[in-house]
Amino acid sequence: MGQMGKDAALNQGVKNRKRREKHYWEDWIGRIYTSICVVVLLVVIVSIVFFVSSKGLATFLENGVRLREFFTGTRWSPDESFGALPFITGSFAVTLLAALIAGPLSLCAALFMTEILPGRGKRILQPAVELLSGIPSVVYGFIGLTVIVPFIRDYIGGQGFGILAGCLVLSVMILPTITSIMADALASLRGGLRESSLALGATRWQTIYRVVIPTVLPALLTGIVLGMARAFGEALAVQMVIGNAPHIPSSLTESAATLTSTITLSMGNTAMGSVHNNALWSMALVLLAMTFVFVILVRLLERRNRI
Amino acid sequence: MKKKLPWTLMLGSLLLSLAACGGSDEAANDPGGAGSEAGERKLSGSILAVGSTAMQPLVDQAGQTFMTQAPYQELTVQVQGGGSGTGLTQVSEGQADIGNSDVFGEEKLEAAQAAELVDHQVAVVAITAVVNPAVTIDDLSKEQMVDIFTGAVKNWKELGGEDQEIVIVNRPASSGTRATFETFALGQSKLPDLQGSIQEDSSGTVKKLVAETPGAIGYLALSYLGDDSIKPVNYDGVQATVENVQNGSYPVWAYQHMYTKGEPSEAVQAFLDYMVSPEVQEGDVVELGYIPVSGMQVTRDAAGNVSKN
Repeated sequence: MGQMGKDAALNQGVKNRKRREKHYWEDWIGRIYTSICVVVLLVVIVSIVFFVSSKGLATFLENGVRLREFFTGTRWSPDESFGALPFITGSFAVTLLAALIAGPLSLCAALFMTEILPGRGKRILQPAVELLSGIPSVVYGFIGLTVIVPFIRDYIGGQGFGILAGCLVLSVMILPTITSIMADALASLRGGLRESSLALGATRWQTIYRVVIPTVLPALLTGIVLGMARAFGEALAVQMVIGNAPHIPSSLTESAATLTSTITLSMGNTAMGSVHNNALWSMALVLLAMTFVFVILVRLLERRNRI
Repeated sequence: MKKKLPWTLMLGSLLLSLAACGGSDEAANDPGGAGSEAGERKLSGSILAVGSTAMQPLVDQAGQTFMTQAPYQELTVQVQGGGSGTGLTQVSEGQADIGNSDVFGEEKLEAAQAAELVDHQVAVVAITAVVNPAVTIDDLSKEQMVDIFTGAVKNWKELGGEDQEIVIVNRPASSGTRATFETFALGQSKLPDLQGSIQEDSSGTVKKLVAETPGAIGYLALSYLGDDSIKPVNYDGVQATVENVQNGSYPVWAYQHMYTKGEPSEAVQAFLDYMVSPEVQEGDVVELGYIPVSGMQVTRDAAGNVSKN
């Protein structure tokens, strides 16, 4: 009897140790696998930043283009003069205007899905908005080229190409990004706030604009900033409708250019290592720096959100 | 220890990636390693031709039929676009076997790099100015074209047409088609882009825009003509036709080059020979709207000097 008990205890001990060892190994495998993935990711990111920086800085270090000329010059004539200001202004103009158009639209869509018709509204509107994010940008560009550009030319005037066409196309493209982030933010509103406000006798609209929106404002702005980052980096669709003249346009309906459209237009036709090619990499570096700024903005907004 | 882990990760990965980049340009300039296998090549293996999108249909189609022929069934021909600059860069760095370009290599590369390349001219492309069909002008002199593309003339009525603003539909400054048009039609190089001009990077888009935009003028290769959506314009009274290009009376044309670095390998040479064989010159070349290089009665060198054969 005692012998049997001892055996059982021994068996139990062996089993336990085996189980412990198994856990121990599983733990380590998980840890190593995750670490490898993280290292690979970091290596890729750092390599990309390093590559773009080394190419982009070569314009100033090796080819002797002056920083001031690049950022404030308005004459872009490859091999002679590298003023990238028209592209920088173009990029900012389409991005800001697209955010101005898409921001309010997205906010209303998100409010509709979370506050006004939470059940059915969300079921119908969310898939509809998310569909927009699945359309490839070349399709947006082509629709812009065949529908928006002639429309602007015939009914608003000018050439049809330009910042106006560009920001209209972009605003539709960034709608899903902004809407889904805003809807998540509104849905995650702390319990009780909404109900308390209604219990105090506030109407639904008063609740929305006095309680709901101010509370989740940083998260809403995060949505807009991420949308802007997407607009700033979009190349193909913008290139098709903006006209690509390397000048600061005199109106919203005159041919203009952005950083991304200029890069996609010329990268393939210039030889690696030439000044023209390096100048394009410098523009890519500016885009990278801007994305970095957008990321920092989002971080700041998140920090504000926690308080 | 727990707290330190992310830092060690970050540091480790930083060191790794710096080591990977390591200032070695060859490694950095080989995106995706589209290299060809070095060393000796029998008539099997693959030929990689990269470059001009204007030449892609021709090289692609010829490559397809080349691979079906008995002696070359072991070979595969891969054709990629990317633009003339990319083609020249990749062939001079040894990443591609053939660099397709619609301009002479001397125009894009450093003199030393260009000197290493061997030129194989496989076809000719003629370029003509085209206007929106509503424009009433059929003929432009060289001076008038220069006035239009330098912005001296902004309205068609100054050239005897309707009162309609001229909209220039250009190719980007780096495009081979644009370089050809500026050099041989306007006699200038590297014209600045005008305020309000439109630049598009593909001939298909240029055609669409000229067809739709009132008062538009652009330029296209002959292969893009053939319907009434756009109207070709005569140059100094000469129409852009295959015959006029071959006898030297129409000046706006360029060779389609296939460059190799040094003398080509046996397999690549076989493919290049096939490109200039009657089968391709009188078949694919004509069919796709290019002009056979074999029928040219004039030749032109890299400096632009034309001589009768």
